[in-house]
Amino acid sequence: MPETHSEPHLQHHFVALEQQQEASTLGMWAFLITEIMFFGGLFTLFTAYVSAYSEAFAEGSRHLDLVLGAVNTVVLIGSSFTMAMAVRSAQLGKRKALLGFLALTTLLGCAFLGIKGIEYAHKFKQRLLPGPAFRVDSPASQHVQLFFSFYFAMTGLHALHMVVGVGLMTWLLFHGWRGRFTPTYFWPVELSGLYWHFVDIVWIFLFPVLYLVARHS
Amino acid sequence: MTPHIVSTKIYVLVLAALLALTALTVAASFYDLGGGRLHYANAVTALTIAVSKATLVVLYFMHVRYSSHLTWVFVGAGVFWLLVLIGLTLSDVLTRGWLPSPGPWSS
Repeated sequence: MPETHSEPHLQHHFVALEQQQEASTLGMWAFLITEIMFFGGLFTLFTAYVSAYSEAFAEGSRHLDLVLGAVNTVVLIGSSFTMAMAVRSAQLGKRKALLGFLALTTLLGCAFLGIKGIEYAHKFKQRLLPGPAFRVDSPASQHVQLFFSFYFAMTGLHALHMVVGVGLMTWLLFHGWRGRFTPTYFWPVELSGLYWHFVDIVWIFLFPVLYLVARHS
Repeated sequence: MTPHIVSTKIYVLVLAALLALTALTVAASFYDLGGGRLHYANAVTALTIAVSKATLVVLYFMHVRYSSHLTWVFVGAGVFWLLVLIGLTLSDVLTRGWLPSPGPWSS
């Protein structure tokens, strides 16, 4: 062996911890870019259809619960703040604060999913789930159904990302509780934070596009 | 390069800005901003606010403002390709009605 490293978290193929951290950040961003393109495709399709069937999409949008959508936006923005504070606590080596902020983030993430579940249940009851049972009193009912296909596909995929995020938080809580994160090794918290904020950004666009924009088009 | 630790004050300010922008975008959706004439006024307003919110999250919560130039290139490449995806698709879809032939798009 040419040299031995004193830093236990430094992998042998990196020169220094800083280089390793830079590489993991870039790797995470490369993954997030594929996610941007993934959700971007759905947003592009939605925009193309909303320009073709603006009346029907506006009608579909008016069926959505603006209050629950807005509350969920606030919940998710709040969770992004607690996540950012969790990363800060990890950087400073404050274990108790880290666990507290991670728990808050998990709680807010679950609250978001719960509210989304209430919204979905309402839509199922109102027969707004695309399929043979779909009923809307409208001459353009087929295109209103298309709006709801987008609604369920986009919010469903977003909710799936939230479930993965809550899983990540649970994993971080476990290792944080065991005291694995230190000011030199907080990268798992930072990278999970990048993922969490990305999922928040997707909702920052989903909320106006589904709940607000279509109302006036 | 040691990681930059952002102060709590900045995080709280960003949170306040994000909440204020959310309130603004909800309030704006209750008004017909184009006065019935400008078709896209409400959409442009809502998307401008959304882009501002996303920029705040990327720069401060995701630490890009304090990251290396290589990170900026990665993020910029992602945004650029997203704009290509949306821009080129819409340049087709939104301009189909401009010329009379080859007939209507929707059945």
